Amino acid sequence: MKITIALAGNPNSGKTTLFNVLTGSHQYIGNWPGVTVEKKEGNLKTNKDIKITDLPGIYSLSPYTLEEVVARNYLLDEHIDVILNIVDGMNLERNLYLTTQLLELGIPTVIAVNMMDLVKKNGYHIDIKALSKKLGCPVIEISALKEKGVEDIVDEVMKVAHQEVTIQHYFSYDIERTIEDIQNQLPSDIVLSQRRFFAIKLFERDQKLQAQLSQKIDIENLIQVIEKQEDDDSESLITNERYQYITSIIDECYKRKNQNQLSISDKIDQIVTNRWLALPIFAFIMWFVYYISVTTIGTMATDFVNESIFGEGFELFGSMIPSIPDFIRSALQMIGVASWLEGLIVDGIVAGVGAVLGFVPQMLVLFFFLAILEGCGYMARVAFIMDRLFRKFGLSGKSFIPMLIGTGCGVPAVMATRTIESSRDRKMTIMTTTFIPCSAKLPIIALISGALFNGASWVAPSAYFIGMAAIVMSGIILKKTKMFAGEVAPFVMELPAYHIPPARNIMRSVWERGSSFIKKAGTIILLSTIFVWFTSYFGFVDGQWRMLEASELNNSLLAMLGRMIAWIFTPLGFGHWQGAVATITGLVAKENVVSTLGILYGFGEVAENGVEYWPMLASTFTIASAYAFLVFNLLCAPCFAAMGAIKREMNSRKWFIFAIGYQTIFAYIMAFLIYQLITFITTLSITFEMLIGVIIMLGLIYLLIRPYPKKMKEDETYDELDFE
Amino acid sequence: MYTLKEVKVGEVVSVVKLHGEGATKRRIMDMGITKGTQLTVRKVAPLGDPIEVNVRGYELSLRKADAAMIEVQ
Repeated sequence: MKITIALAGNPNSGKTTLFNVLTGSHQYIGNWPGVTVEKKEGNLKTNKDIKITDLPGIYSLSPYTLEEVVARNYLLDEHIDVILNIVDGMNLERNLYLTTQLLELGIPTVIAVNMMDLVKKNGYHIDIKALSKKLGCPVIEISALKEKGVEDIVDEVMKVAHQEVTIQHYFSYDIERTIEDIQNQLPSDIVLSQRRFFAIKLFERDQKLQAQLSQKIDIENLIQVIEKQEDDDSESLITNERYQYITSIIDECYKRKNQNQLSISDKIDQIVTNRWLALPIFAFIMWFVYYISVTTIGTMATDFVNESIFGEGFELFGSMIPSIPDFIRSALQMIGVASWLEGLIVDGIVAGVGAVLGFVPQMLVLFFFLAILEGCGYMARVAFIMDRLFRKFGLSGKSFIPMLIGTGCGVPAVMATRTIESSRDRKMTIMTTTFIPCSAKLPIIALISGALFNGASWVAPSAYFIGMAAIVMSGIILKKTKMFAGEVAPFVMELPAYHIPPARNIMRSVWERGSSFIKKAGTIILLSTIFVWFTSYFGFVDGQWRMLEASELNNSLLAMLGRMIAWIFTPLGFGHWQGAVATITGLVAKENVVSTLGILYGFGEVAENGVEYWPMLASTFTIASAYAFLVFNLLCAPCFAAMGAIKREMNSRKWFIFAIGYQTIFAYIMAFLIYQLITFITTLSITFEMLIGVIIMLGLIYLLIRPYPKKMKEDETYDELDFE
Repeated sequence: MYTLKEVKVGEVVSVVKLHGEGATKRRIMDMGITKGTQLTVRKVAPLGDPIEVNVRGYELSLRKADAAMIEVQ
């Protein structure tokens, strides 16, 4: 007998742990159609005929958050056989609130009370039998962490599947009568078992469900009669009665010890979120994560992959191991393939793959720490501590972590946005986080500062300042645009009790994030690097089409392209093809900007900061145009690897294009304004471009200080998932 | 009107009425803050906002602007 189970429960109820225990390695991870919410499915370890879908962690089935809408649509439309509702035994009261709503869906339900080990250890008592009787469905005690009671779940699920569901909880007399009235008016295509759920939600004025009806029904008068009688809105009436019902259950079935006694978690929190200690502790933890994953281990591993495995080779036990490109190159030469094919494979494909893989070790180290911070409950405290600062710019307190990581590398930074629940805050963070100069942009800063500013010490800090200013400005501008203003994310957040996360969950989370990056981001990076390889190694020399040496870059298709688009950069002061070409190759990896300019100025290999051609650079650039070049390259679309990560995280072509387009246009405007401003200061003459600059500046100031669009009302339900 | 926003750290209050409407109000109710619920204000974040309250045996953080919509006594 094939059975489909939906696993539902609050965040922090141990849902992921239970899912991992039940399915073992039989999991498939994808996304819910059209949205960035992750969807996990799997087959039961002990019975392959039973399929489990892990719903997003939710507190309610309201129409206001993306996760809740995704979850209830799935439960209503997909003919689920059984709902497995996991509740946290340490926090039964609030967890049962979701349960009361799930039980109205007309689907057989099994309730698993998790963390029973902790419940017993803390001297709490839950009367499971009474609870089961009150709720009208089987209740099992489990400890997902200790893998206790998990077998019983399967037995109970098999028993209740395809059974009739009887309702145990009724609202007060008048409300029940209204709900019945609404039920009778519902269109006939709504099946019997779901009619009560629909009626209750419609009584709450749920616009999402109203819109799903095959024909509209007018129940506003019915609702208003009750509201007037009870002097409260229908949504509050229903919620109050649910919690009253839960309180009556709790009083009978749940005995807690004296609540005024502080738990271990409370004691930890007294220190960790203490008014004075919170920020120093936060700074230390962030420094530690950064130090390990960016400064030391992560970078060492990444350098090893880039420089040894994909670079010069390395020594192992005294013998020289060739690098992968060298090995493949010699293998290809041995079988005698054409040199263009060798170039495509080694310089195009292998180098492209290497560019992706190089980031993986660093990402894995970082994901490891993120998984621990999330798993133990500290991530919620990060949001608590930083919220005030970041919400001014339309970001979340959790945006701090991606931005910190972004100073090392934009790829893991973008991936780190996963920890932000609100889809609006996450998109905004993804779009702005790569404005922070990553380590690959440092050579560009060194080049410009050395060649034109005599290595002045203010140039590098100014780059970081511009990055931060870009984030703040973008945050303020974007949060007032229609597509961000439409989604409302109330900051009403649970601070879960601290606990040690199971190693299995950490490892799985690291693996999932790492592999999903390699798979999904890999394709765009590969295609892009092949394109850049092809255009830089082929071209016309003296009217003849042929493959080029690396030193002949100025004859390549890419150089032609550079000459064609150079005019675009004229308003920014660097309208020469060298600048344009360097900007394009910078998309493969930002440090390429320096080496490309080296080749274009006639040098083969140059130092990391391009010191060899500083004099030539100083003669082609002015102070103004060089700084504008720097700003444009810092802020414009990041490298292909980071773009791949953005595409992966946005999970929508439209949002991806919007993000990259926004970054590039923003970079262009900033570079333009800075070029015009410095030109004005240094020459004290006014040009036509400067007047345009003033107009753009005024426009920018308007975008920054304008009021919110009218549409931004809080009573909106979760808006459609994509901007149109 | 005396609201949750004005409550001092360590004080215990009970909810009289929820003002406001829409997503935020619903979310506050969903999280267990309903008429008559006992709330203990645990602490204020280092930067002065949000606050942490204990409700129905767990810890919840919410912004002062939202706390101002919760009338208490």
